[in-house]
Amino acid sequence: MKSAVIVFPGSNCDRDIAVALAAVTGRAPVMVWHRDSELPDGTDFIALPGGFSYGDYLRSGAMAARAPIMRAVTAAANRGVPVIGVCNGFQVLTEAGLLPGALMRNAGIAFVCRPVALSVENSQSLFTAGYQAGETITLPVAHHDGNYQADAATLDRLEGEGRVALRYAEPVNGSARSIAGILNDAGNVLGLMPHPERAFEPAHGGTDGRRLFEGLLEAVA
Amino acid sequence: MKARVFITLKPGVLDPQGKAIHHALEGLGFAGVHDVRAGKLIELDLADGTGEADIEAMCRKLLANTVIENFRIERIEAT
Repeated sequence: MKSAVIVFPGSNCDRDIAVALAAVTGRAPVMVWHRDSELPDGTDFIALPGGFSYGDYLRSGAMAARAPIMRAVTAAANRGVPVIGVCNGFQVLTEAGLLPGALMRNAGIAFVCRPVALSVENSQSLFTAGYQAGETITLPVAHHDGNYQADAATLDRLEGEGRVALRYAEPVNGSARSIAGILNDAGNVLGLMPHPERAFEPAHGGTDGRRLFEGLLEAVA
Repeated sequence: MKARVFITLKPGVLDPQGKAIHHALEGLGFAGVHDVRAGKLIELDLADGTGEADIEAMCRKLLANTVIENFRIERIEAT
């Protein structure tokens, strides 16, 4: 797998996800700067990392979604290249229109930073093939704007089409229908607030995130 | 010319920030505040003759997230 990690000014989980991808795929991902306009030839997986791109100015993910590289990311996503957006990456994907809805300020105002229990709702996607449907896993979250909101029709459609990949199994941020991660209609774009790359090695306190990358590798390879 | 863009959350969208401000006002003893909604004001300094359609495009493409926000444009013509 030839993966690329997009780096925005203010990204801070880019190295974490690069380490995870290198460990699973055996090949270091190419780090692509936000001002580049093209992805390396043959890129078959794209990660938008967590962080605080552009200092969360205007809205979280808003400026990054309009960065030059995002045209290439959007084109690749539309061609079917798998794209994962973690935390700020999820915010960027919604701002870029690659995923529906929006991520708003946590309902409790406070920044939430702790491991949370999640229910795997769909184990049939590229990204969740390493899990069992209905399984409860634990991944860390660290966000201020993770409160997923969309209109009722969009939420119904996401649920009806099996596009809710992960749900919080405990109160976290006020997300509509406890949504923690969603897929696009083609199933090749996943946005999620929890950080799988931060639950990758035993030293992280858990390894539930590792199976996302392993399942993905198996599904893509 | 200048324009002001007022960005507000759509009615019905939960506004945690507005709620926190509301609670703080109550804590200060201000009675009779029924609700608080917080928004943004963006001031644009524009070339004379910039059309309404251009400003609206700026709002739709970047300044507001129309999934959750409404915007209102107020033009201030040079005097």
